[in-house]
Amino acid sequence: MPRPGFVLDVDRSTPPMLFWHGERFSLERLPADRSRVIYPAEPLPGLIDPDAAIRQALLQPLDMEPLPSLLHAGMRLTICFDDASLSLPKMRRPDSRQRIIETVLDMAAEAGVDDVHIIAALGLHRRMHDYELRHVLGDRIFDAFHPSGALYQHDAEDHANLVVLGETDHGEVLEINRRVAESDLVVYANVNQVAMDGGWKSLVTGVASYRCLSHHHNPESLQNTRSLMDRHHSALHHSIWRMGAVLRDNGPKVFQIESTINNDAFPSPFNFLSKREWEWTGRDRATFLATSKALDRTPRRLARRIFHSIEAPYAMTSVQAGFTETVHERTLEHVHAQHIVPVEGQTDILTMGIPFISPYNPESIMNPILVMCMGLGYLFNMYRGRPLVREGGVVIMTHPTTKEFHPVHHPSYIDFFDEVLADTTDPAEMSQRWERKYAEDEWYRHLYRTGNAYHGVHPFYAWYWGAHGQQWAGRVIIVGGDPATVRRLGFTPASTMDDAFELASEVVGRSPTITHLHVPSVLVADVH
Amino acid sequence: MKALSVRRSVPRFGAARVVSSISQRSATRVGPLTFGEIEEPTQPGPGWERIDTSLSGICGSDLALAEGRASAYFEDWVSFPFVPGHEIVGTRGDGQRVVIEPVLGHSARGAVPPSPEAAPGDGDDYRHLVTGPLEPGIQTGFCNSTGGGWAPWFWAHESQIHAIPDSLSDEAAVLVEPLAGGVHAAFSVRDALRRGDLLNRGPVVIGVLGAGTMGLATVAALRAHVPEADVIVGARYPHQFAIARALGAVEVVRSTDLAAAIRRRTGAHVIGRHLSSGAHCLVDAVGSSESISASVSMTRPRGRVVLLGMPADVSLDLTPLWHRETELRGCYTYGTETLDDGSTARTFDLAIELAQTTGAERLVSATYPLERHVDALAHAAEAGRRGAVKIAFDLRRGN
Repeated sequence: MPRPGFVLDVDRSTPPMLFWHGERFSLERLPADRSRVIYPAEPLPGLIDPDAAIRQALLQPLDMEPLPSLLHAGMRLTICFDDASLSLPKMRRPDSRQRIIETVLDMAAEAGVDDVHIIAALGLHRRMHDYELRHVLGDRIFDAFHPSGALYQHDAEDHANLVVLGETDHGEVLEINRRVAESDLVVYANVNQVAMDGGWKSLVTGVASYRCLSHHHNPESLQNTRSLMDRHHSALHHSIWRMGAVLRDNGPKVFQIESTINNDAFPSPFNFLSKREWEWTGRDRATFLATSKALDRTPRRLARRIFHSIEAPYAMTSVQAGFTETVHERTLEHVHAQHIVPVEGQTDILTMGIPFISPYNPESIMNPILVMCMGLGYLFNMYRGRPLVREGGVVIMTHPTTKEFHPVHHPSYIDFFDEVLADTTDPAEMSQRWERKYAEDEWYRHLYRTGNAYHGVHPFYAWYWGAHGQQWAGRVIIVGGDPATVRRLGFTPASTMDDAFELASEVVGRSPTITHLHVPSVLVADVH
Repeated sequence: MKALSVRRSVPRFGAARVVSSISQRSATRVGPLTFGEIEEPTQPGPGWERIDTSLSGICGSDLALAEGRASAYFEDWVSFPFVPGHEIVGTRGDGQRVVIEPVLGHSARGAVPPSPEAAPGDGDDYRHLVTGPLEPGIQTGFCNSTGGGWAPWFWAHESQIHAIPDSLSDEAAVLVEPLAGGVHAAFSVRDALRRGDLLNRGPVVIGVLGAGTMGLATVAALRAHVPEADVIVGARYPHQFAIARALGAVEVVRSTDLAAAIRRRTGAHVIGRHLSSGAHCLVDAVGSSESISASVSMTRPRGRVVLLGMPADVSLDLTPLWHRETELRGCYTYGTETLDDGSTARTFDLAIELAQTTGAERLVSATYPLERHVDALAHAAEAGRRGAVKIAFDLRRGN
């Protein structure tokens, strides 16, 4: 039986804690008697027969008729799926999406459906490389659909193929992919790694336009999203759910299939990553030392390639299908069963190691903006109830934070760093002064549509993602980051963790309480 | 008198060229520049006055000479030995403070000017530079007959002499000559914009690559004479960023990021290493193979690249120039500028005005006596790295 997540109070016998430092690691000793470490739960057991579970979910859906009864010859069937931002790291083959879509296609074939489109619901993310599509969908689907053009990626700038389905009572326009809008049935194949994803968000962001996304991907919404992992207290999700209602009432029939995965994120050579430090065996220590020393000597580019080649042994823990809202509530139960860790009270300082990957740099570079997004966006938001750190407290991250960008994937990020962050780090100000220019830049548009670049506006969204954390924290310190780059982000650089604590003392006093969010493995702190 | 002078010596030029890649100081010591007693030049003729040097700046072309990197092109346009120094503020015999427009034009050489009002730099025939009563020399500071600013005094023709107001300090006045180069570049830009009817058709983007003295002078001149333009500067050192902004650049970025900044502002695409469009004009204040190539790649097709930095031997793939129909326009010194209303003005007069309004003295970072020329030239060669802009010799009494 896997052990649940828990909170460790640090005492003098507690060993140093593992921190990610980009493509490297560090061990940091936390002050005794006023520090605690939040550990995620151990991986839940996976489904014994995921394919059978998928088939059963499609035959016994929630609040909808079984999938086969919705399929008939002559219909227009569109299957959408989550893009390369999920899962992290990428899942060992076969990916859950492959399993789901293959089952759907088998049923469609049995029903004589031959007008099938498969669309990567990437929103404003970068287009997936062919090898990524092949990895996610498997050879059979890729080879059958890609050559004919029936497998393709959503294009939020293809205005001829976008359709307005209606408007919410808040004036939010739902504009989505024409093929999706005009289908007789849309099946969505989801992999749910965190509570933020899934539900109406799958389609309402995945196949939408910039105009549509800008209604909720904005500073005001993100500052009032408390948190990203708690959709009932998230302005972002409220807006998305309102749009979901428009989709439900005015759009095609949607058959949502959501699957959850456990916390088993790293293969055996990296076992020490998911173990609790005091339980490390001699072998774990030796592996850590060898890995850590080797990485210290490995050029960052090579280390990055090694890490991005990791395939996670995730196991599917549940699959449910049917009406989006019902399905998603069931999904959240499974996600929370894996992620929720009860935590008593807030802390003065929250520490976190920033890893090599975030949802926006698969196979790519964790650039400085994504460091902010990962720290203040994702990790800060890993809570329900109240943030782990008190308002005005200090967030300390560890990451090299060099001014390094992937020129193909993140061209507008480079300009964002040089131009926008040189002007302001305030989300509202940058939204007013700069967002439209980037969103409408023809070159970015061209690269998004024809290359593998994130949309021109995407660095803004990455920055807004951290808007709540940025507003909440009294100071943000990055340990081991390039000082000039860290300052450009509006944060404070520190050479060591001790220096960071010293700098933090100016904000939170000399004996602050400290909480370390132990990643990897996802957890959501349920803070009372 | 004791002065710095340059003698024709192939071994010394060669030695300086070799050694300069290792040590600028050593290059100066083994190079063609020497400090010592020189034969005082005789008055070239009527209309020539003795000018006592106050300050004389060290220019990139002077450094190229001292380091043996000057183009062989100039061999026939100068006369050895000569006293360098063409950025000069000095005094007449009556105590009047003056700056020198160093080009040895038609009047100075007894030739017929192209027009009665012509400035020394005007005209479309350079034969007068090597004929007439003076030894060959394109400017004071490169001519055996006149002397130059790196000496206590020299001869200047009345056509070269510009009186300056008391309100203009020597430190600001010594910048008039490089500022005139910047003004000339700015008018070259303005001419291109006028010709393309671009001045009133939306935002105009001008790039300036390089933020040494000439780049900064150009920024100041563009702000004064092409106020419609958004000037974006590619700089290298922190102090250059600050000064360029203070002089009116709307954006200052690292030189390597200039293309990105221009792309952002113009909305161009990036095609390989080139922008699909780019700046309306670009002023290259560096003059290297790399800077010229980069300038062409950042300038929109049929735009103008103003080559302000003095190049020597460069290696260029001219295919982009050909394909983009880029105009690569040299920008040597100054002359007469045509204003928007059709009237004309001497570049030097405009530069004197600019020196007064732009706080030019802030660009003078250090002065040295002639005796410390090795230190002075080393400082000038490393000006950017050492947080400096203009280094000058100070020959005022007591220095």
